[in-house]
Amino acid sequence: MEQEPLLLKGNEAVAYAAILCGCDGYFGYPITPQSEVLETLAALRPWETTGMVVVQSESEVASVNMLYGGGGCGKKVMTSSSSVGIALMQEGISYMAGAEVPCLIVNVQRGGPGLGTIQPSQADYLQATRGGGNGDYNLIVLAPNSVQEMADFVGLGFDLAFKYRTPVIMLADGVIGQMMEKVVLQPQQPRRTNEEIAKECPWASLGRSKERDINVITSLELQPEKMEERNIMLQKKYRSIEENEVRYELIGSENPDVAIIAFGCSSRISKKVVQIAAEEGIEIVLLRPITLWPFPKDAIRELSTKVKSMLVVENNAGQMFYDVQHAVEGHIPVEHYGRFGGIIPTPQEILDKIKTML
Amino acid sequence: MTQEIIIAGFGGQGVLSMGKILAYAGLMEGKEVSWMPAYGPEQRGGTANVTVIVSDEPVSSPVLSEYDTAIILNQPSLDKFERMVKPGGTLIYDDFGIIEPPTRTDINIHCVQAMRLASEQKLAKCFNMIVLGSFLKAHPIVSIESVMKALRKTLPERHHHLLPMNEDAIRQGAQLIK
Repeated sequence: MEQEPLLLKGNEAVAYAAILCGCDGYFGYPITPQSEVLETLAALRPWETTGMVVVQSESEVASVNMLYGGGGCGKKVMTSSSSVGIALMQEGISYMAGAEVPCLIVNVQRGGPGLGTIQPSQADYLQATRGGGNGDYNLIVLAPNSVQEMADFVGLGFDLAFKYRTPVIMLADGVIGQMMEKVVLQPQQPRRTNEEIAKECPWASLGRSKERDINVITSLELQPEKMEERNIMLQKKYRSIEENEVRYELIGSENPDVAIIAFGCSSRISKKVVQIAAEEGIEIVLLRPITLWPFPKDAIRELSTKVKSMLVVENNAGQMFYDVQHAVEGHIPVEHYGRFGGIIPTPQEILDKIKTML
Repeated sequence: MTQEIIIAGFGGQGVLSMGKILAYAGLMEGKEVSWMPAYGPEQRGGTANVTVIVSDEPVSSPVLSEYDTAIILNQPSLDKFERMVKPGGTLIYDDFGIIEPPTRTDINIHCVQAMRLASEQKLAKCFNMIVLGSFLKAHPIVSIESVMKALRKTLPERHHHLLPMNEDAIRQGAQLIK
């Protein structure tokens, strides 16, 4: 638990960071490529130190409903899984969005559809950024591209979840989850006391109190007028998130011919493409969305005035591609490069694709 | 300085842990490192490989299409990775079980008889450290002292009595490279 740099897998970093940021509970079910989150938590035994609860649930459906209960009590609760498991959780995630329950969900994506493969993929972009379950809602979607960010985004995820009373999803992938890198962890934060939760989360279900009305956590509203009111309030909240929480990073040439738009593991590979292209005299800039929702569409729109074309690199059949096209509004050509089913493209094949666009 | 390395062999030969110790030693020296395993349904006897990058600069892609150095411990890995070494790069391979040796002439090829040394010197459990010693002789990107520190950090304490044997293996491995 020291603050000197450690060599950790992304999944291990999530587990360490959860304990250190004062997380109250983790509920999860093993699935490759993210099982190290649960394994590491079990090995670190935080219930003996911070009092954090760690439960290996009987299924992903159980995990997400444990989140609903814990989050509804104002506790910092989280789960992690991989693609197929996250699909099972969608009902609960939609309930939490509707009932405004904060929580953190980590998806270390693998290839699909269905059981697919255990190898890395980014094919859950649309599921994560469009909500994923039923109804009109959005989740804040954070896309780490390093082990350090997998650690940092646990604390950030909880901060945003409580600030906006919404589920937050960390959309990682098998590469970032399985690779080891240097990571510097934050110092231990204490878990919040029940008194602090009562003060900071007046909506939380903490038992009856004479000082306030009963707090009800529900997504159900049978009167359509009231349900519409709730939807309008949720949409207002989402607009405020769009206004305040867009995060992205620009890397590479200041005078580029082509822009690459990529997130997660694809952005790491694209960083290498920027380097090897520069050696051949090809100027590329990489825009990496850090929040996939809210999407940095203004930044991409602005970038489209400085380059001749854009390439969206993602390990799927073209999902973020639609958001980039929408941002660019047809001003310049936008192309897509992706591999599927657990195949990770090499920097060279991406550069070869770019050469066809020059 | 950036060294992009692939280490490949059979599962159980210590491929992943060799990579981890190398990466950890780099970390000890304040370098940027990454360790990316092929994490498929690998098992003892199947193939295993790991990409390790040790650099003075932040590491971009943890997944690569060509390498400065390939450390190869079986024939299937040699078949796959020989062509992925950059021209002028290094290929270190253990000749045990190699039927078709490498043929390239534009890279530096070192054949080390690490498996033979391991069985002769009763260092079978340190086979991967012999190979690491050979690599560090060819490319001294981290010091043996840092490797020993990394071993102390990564080995559970109950195995610490094996540290001198590992150090011996690294030093003997270094002598396999001329």
